[in-house]
Amino acid sequence: MSVLRPLDKLPGLNTATILLVGTEDALLQQLAEAMLKEDCTSELKVHLAKSLPLPSNVNRPRIDLIVFVVNLHSKHSLRNVEESLHHVDATFFLGKVSFLATGAGRESHCSIHRNTVMQLAHTYRSPLLFCDLEIEDFRATMAQRLVRMLQICAGHVPSVSALNLLSLLQSSENPSLEDL
Amino acid sequence: MDSYDAPESTPRQCASSGLKDYFIGATPLQKRLESVRKQTSFIPTPPRRKIPQCSQLQEDVDPQKFAFLLHKQWTLYSLTPLYKFSYTNFKEYSKLLNAFIAAEKQKGLAVEVGDDFNIKVIFSTLLGMKGTQRDPEAFLVQILSKSQLPSEHREGKVLWTGWFCCIFGDSLLETVSEDFTCLPLFLANGAETNTAIIGTWFQKTFDCYFRPLAINAFNLSWMAAMWTACKMDHYMATTEFLWSVPCSPQSLDISYAIHPEDAKALWDSVHKTPGEVTQEEVDLFMDCLYSHFHRHFKIHLSATRLVRVSTSVASAHTDGKIKILCHKYLIGVLAYLTELAIFQIE
Repeated sequence: MSVLRPLDKLPGLNTATILLVGTEDALLQQLAEAMLKEDCTSELKVHLAKSLPLPSNVNRPRIDLIVFVVNLHSKHSLRNVEESLHHVDATFFLGKVSFLATGAGRESHCSIHRNTVMQLAHTYRSPLLFCDLEIEDFRATMAQRLVRMLQICAGHVPSVSALNLLSLLQSSENPSLEDL
Repeated sequence: MDSYDAPESTPRQCASSGLKDYFIGATPLQKRLESVRKQTSFIPTPPRRKIPQCSQLQEDVDPQKFAFLLHKQWTLYSLTPLYKFSYTNFKEYSKLLNAFIAAEKQKGLAVEVGDDFNIKVIFSTLLGMKGTQRDPEAFLVQILSKSQLPSEHREGKVLWTGWFCCIFGDSLLETVSEDFTCLPLFLANGAETNTAIIGTWFQKTFDCYFRPLAINAFNLSWMAAMWTACKMDHYMATTEFLWSVPCSPQSLDISYAIHPEDAKALWDSVHKTPGEVTQEEVDLFMDCLYSHFHRHFKIHLSATRLVRVSTSVASAHTDGKIKILCHKYLIGVLAYLTELAIFQIE
C-alpha cells in the first residue's frame, strides 16, 4: 500500500512504534539510538526511512508517530519531506505527525529560512520542534521528548490522547482557524 | 482600527482569505500582537523585495567619485550605533587614531618586517552614499603611508581603507535616540591587523561593537536572483556559483558557471511581478539550476551549501566578503547588505 494510515493495523501489546523520515542518515541513526536508550515502560520500536512511500513487502507493526526531519542546511531534505507528505493519510495528522527541524544553531550554514518550515508545519497543523541533532545533549533531550510523545500517541498514557496533545502543543504563536 | 473593517465579507470568504493570508504571512494586526506578546521584533522572511534600481540620489553624484570602491574585495562587519560621533571632529579623530595606531605598533602587537611608522590617517565623508535623506552620511577612513623624502609632496600609498555606511536603514534609525549615529555596515579592505586596531579604537571611543557579517546560503541565493534580475548593458563577468559539499576527509567544491545572458533569460522566464522579487521566484530560479545540474551529473546541489555567488553586478562569499563591479547598482547591493547587518545587530 502506498499511503500510510494510522488505524489499518492492530496495535501490538505494549508496543509503540515511531517512524523517522529524513535524508540525514547519520543524524536519524543517532537520534534512534538516543531514543532506545531511554527508560520506558512500553516496548519501543524505531523505524528509519529516507522517504515515503515505504516498501510494501515488509511486515511492519502499526506506526504510532511519524517525525519528519528537515535539515535547515539542505533544501534537498525539505523537498524530500514535502514529497513524502503526499503518502501519508490525512487522518494521521490528528496528532500523530510531528516535524523536527535541525541545524538552526549554525545560522551561517542555513539555506532554508525558519519561516518556511514553520509554514509547512502550520499547513499540516502539526507541531514543529527545533533541535540541533548534532549536539549530543540536545539530542538526548529531544529523544526524551519524542519518547513521551510516542507513548501518548500509542495510547499508553491514560486519559491523554494524541489529539489532546496536539491542542496542547498548538502554541499561541499560531492561532487556530477559529480565531481568524 | 482599520483591520476590523475586513470581516464584512461572508464567513466562508473570510475563512479562505484568512487561510491565504496565513500562507503568505500573518496580517499586520496579528504581527503587531505577536510582537507585543513576545516583546521582540517579529522579522519574517520578506516575501517580496524590490529589485535594486538606480536611486535618484545617486544620479546627482558623479560615478567617478565612487569608482575607487568598485573592483575591490571588502570584508563586511556589522556595527552597532556610534555614541556621540560628530562629523565635524574629523581632524581630531584623525589625530587620535594616528596616535593610537603608532602606539599599538610600537607596543609590538602588530609587528611587520620593514614597517615604517610614517602613516597618516584621513577621515572623510562620502557624500551621496545613502538611500533616503534620513540615512546618516557615510564616511571613509584611510591609512596612507607618508612618503619619507620631503621632495615628494604627493599623497602616499593607501594601505588600508574602511568605510561606514547606512542605506535605507529606517528600521534601525527609528529605534535609536539622538546621541547615536547609525551606520550599521562597515566595509574594510587591507591588512587584517589594521582592521583590528581601528576596530578597537572605534569600540573604545564610541562604545560600539563590530561583528563579522557572515552571509548564509539563503541570503546568497536571494542576492543571486536579485543581481541576475538587474538590467545590464553589457556583461563583464560570467555568472558563477560555488558550492561546498561536506564530506570527509576534505570538502569538495563544485563550481557552476553560466553565461550571464542565459541566466538573465532564465530569470525572465521565472519572473512574474515587475519591479519586485518574491521568495517563490528565487526558489524557482535556484531549483531550475539545481535540476539542470542533477540531470547531467546526478548530484543534488540542494543538499550542499552555497558558498559563493558571482555575477556582473557583484560577487559575494559566505565569509562576508564582497566585491562590487557595477556602479549603477552600488546602492542596491549596499541596501541589501545594510538589511543583513541590521538583522544581525538586532
